[in-house]
Amino acid sequence: MPNSRQVDVPYSANKQRAISLSRRGVLQVGAAVVGGMVLPAMPRVFAADHPPIGTWPAGAEGPTVTIGASVPRTGPYAVQGEDELKGMQLAVEHINSGHPLISKIAPKVQNGLLGKQVALVVADSAAKPNEAVQAQQRFINENKIVAMTGATSSAVAVALNKFAEREKVIYLVAISGSNDTTGKDCSRYSFRQCFYGETAANAIGPVLVKTFGKGKKAAFMTPDYTYGHTVTKSVNDYLTGNGGWTMVTNQVSPLGTQDFSQYLTNIANSGADVIVNVNWGRDAVLSIQQAKQFGLIPRMKLVIPYQIPFLAKEVGPELTEGVFAATDFWWTLQDKFPLAKMFVEAFDKKYGYKPEWGANNAYMQFAVWARMVSEAGSFYPPDIIRTYEKGETFPSTVGDVHFRAADHQLVRPVVIVRGKQPSQMQGDQDYWDVVEVVPGESLMQKPDAFGCHLGDYT
Amino acid sequence: MLNWANFISQLFNGLVLGALLALISSGLTIIYGTLGVLNLAHGAMFMLGGYAGWFAYAHTGSFVVAVICGSLFVMIVGVVMERVVIRHFYDRPDEDQLLVTFGLGIVFVEAVRFAFGSLSKTVLAPEALAGITSLGFMFYPTYRLALLGIVVAALLALYAVLYKTRLGLMVRAGIEDARMVEALGINIQTVFVIVFGIGAMAAGFAGIVNAPVVSIAPDVGEGILVQTFVVVVIGGVGSFGGAVLGGLVAGEIISLTSMFNPAYAYVMLFVAMTLVLVLRPRGLLGAAGRE
Repeated sequence: MPNSRQVDVPYSANKQRAISLSRRGVLQVGAAVVGGMVLPAMPRVFAADHPPIGTWPAGAEGPTVTIGASVPRTGPYAVQGEDELKGMQLAVEHINSGHPLISKIAPKVQNGLLGKQVALVVADSAAKPNEAVQAQQRFINENKIVAMTGATSSAVAVALNKFAEREKVIYLVAISGSNDTTGKDCSRYSFRQCFYGETAANAIGPVLVKTFGKGKKAAFMTPDYTYGHTVTKSVNDYLTGNGGWTMVTNQVSPLGTQDFSQYLTNIANSGADVIVNVNWGRDAVLSIQQAKQFGLIPRMKLVIPYQIPFLAKEVGPELTEGVFAATDFWWTLQDKFPLAKMFVEAFDKKYGYKPEWGANNAYMQFAVWARMVSEAGSFYPPDIIRTYEKGETFPSTVGDVHFRAADHQLVRPVVIVRGKQPSQMQGDQDYWDVVEVVPGESLMQKPDAFGCHLGDYT
Repeated sequence: MLNWANFISQLFNGLVLGALLALISSGLTIIYGTLGVLNLAHGAMFMLGGYAGWFAYAHTGSFVVAVICGSLFVMIVGVVMERVVIRHFYDRPDEDQLLVTFGLGIVFVEAVRFAFGSLSKTVLAPEALAGITSLGFMFYPTYRLALLGIVVAALLALYAVLYKTRLGLMVRAGIEDARMVEALGINIQTVFVIVFGIGAMAAGFAGIVNAPVVSIAPDVGEGILVQTFVVVVIGGVGSFGGAVLGGLVAGEIISLTSMFNPAYAYVMLFVAMTLVLVLRPRGLLGAAGRE
């Protein structure tokens, strides 16, 4: 639906600025080239170090730099997109004000980034790849964005990966659980810092085999796109290979399904012990509520390999009680990690609720980007990419982490949670117990196992 | 290998889904048949019924009150929409009508999102209809069984209005030839507003009775809209019987295909629609030559 919104300066002002910037950019480059020929011994002007690439240097010449976000604000992932957006807005605020939490993650950031304020422009992607790409194209043309973000659907992430590579604009993936995002569809210009199918499977698999035993029968519910198929494959591979489990049925549904009765009927007749529900967003909410209506829950055990923000709030803690889920972040980790405590407090103070993992992920990826830009000392994309690729260890809200140069995937822990009994909850947002924080290194496949070949820098 | 219990269960699923689609589609088809306006806000009407009902339910705790409020509210929205907006578009090109109803649909959805957010809202089935019933061949949610009865009753009521009353006679005559009805001295404008109100109410009623099955969210009508179009095309434009038959056909296609491979359920639905368009363009029960 054509209802994307922009929150920033008015359109006309933006456009004028973009035009004047690019003209000035041309003049500067021209002057520098001429100057360079006449006076080769003079220190070179900043903009002339490299030929222009993507939105550089035009996007980084004014007093502000802009990030373009295409998040779903409508459609099946709207709830999660809105939460994600809040994390981004908080991060921008913290970068511009030099908040102590940003200083911990990115010590060189002081009241803005390289002396510039950071602005965010936002459009609704409705979790559809073409709408996300169109929005980002507009942001590149009109706002000369220095980075883009926003997925919440791996179909969008994969599309923007390719788009980033083509446009030479850095893309921060946000939520994307598909193995392909840093696998066969990886990109030199894109970085993912959340967990994904393979790490989720290797983290939750041992817990499932230990809890439910070997040789169980599993029914999978899979949304019909790259996220669903790769997560289901990773989880099934683990369970069959290490627990002797069998997949008795795999119910593949289109994104945005409302009535799951046909799928649930097949599962009811499959003889499964466990339902592994890979559905996400509203699809997950509806499929779980309806599984309860059909009496499949609690008869079969429910497992969520890729946690959905607000799931417990939407379906109620009665349905998530005892359910195992793999996730990126849960707010009670604040008892374990000091940075998590700072984040949860700042978020709760601004928005009045405990952040879900989507907000945490969105915040962290902006903070990390700010770190990389400030360490690189430039907005020149290849410099920023090479700084990421150094693979230096840095602090995060889940402990020390680092990027893997070969596929641009963050090596980070995966958190296993279990739904609390309603009577055990302390406060109305205490839905999950953190069972385990599994270190990331051992969870990851070899960098080339999923066919990642990064493209060129320029 | 065919599992008979599963097959019969899926037939039954298709029946429940089909009845619901039939009810929503009958609203769409009588509006289109009579007024010539394809109401792209019909999915939003379905959604509004759910929200109005949920709002009443949250304040009274009564499911019956919720159903009444949901249906009446959407009927009123329909009447106001026809009087204020749609009637100015009867003489304008089809694409204007499509755009204005599509736009109204977006406004309704975003207004609801603005007021209540995107988090889904739950309406619980009445106590007596909660739980699971054994049908012998399978266990089935009791409320879904009841839903089948409720929707069939609503369809029968709609049938009675359309085929057993003087008003229904005027409506059906209007579907055949609105100009001729007007020439006979019947105020076609009144017929139009009533038809729009009834058509909208059918969607609103479906929206609230379906809420205990599929918890509501602002986008809940989007997918339904596409399916009801398919139903109308299969059944025949302007045909009440066609909407019912088309609904059941669509429901069964979705359910039975899901049994073999759910990924093809919607593909098969569109294949069926294409076959109808090629072999019998007026739809299964559509009258020949009707516009």
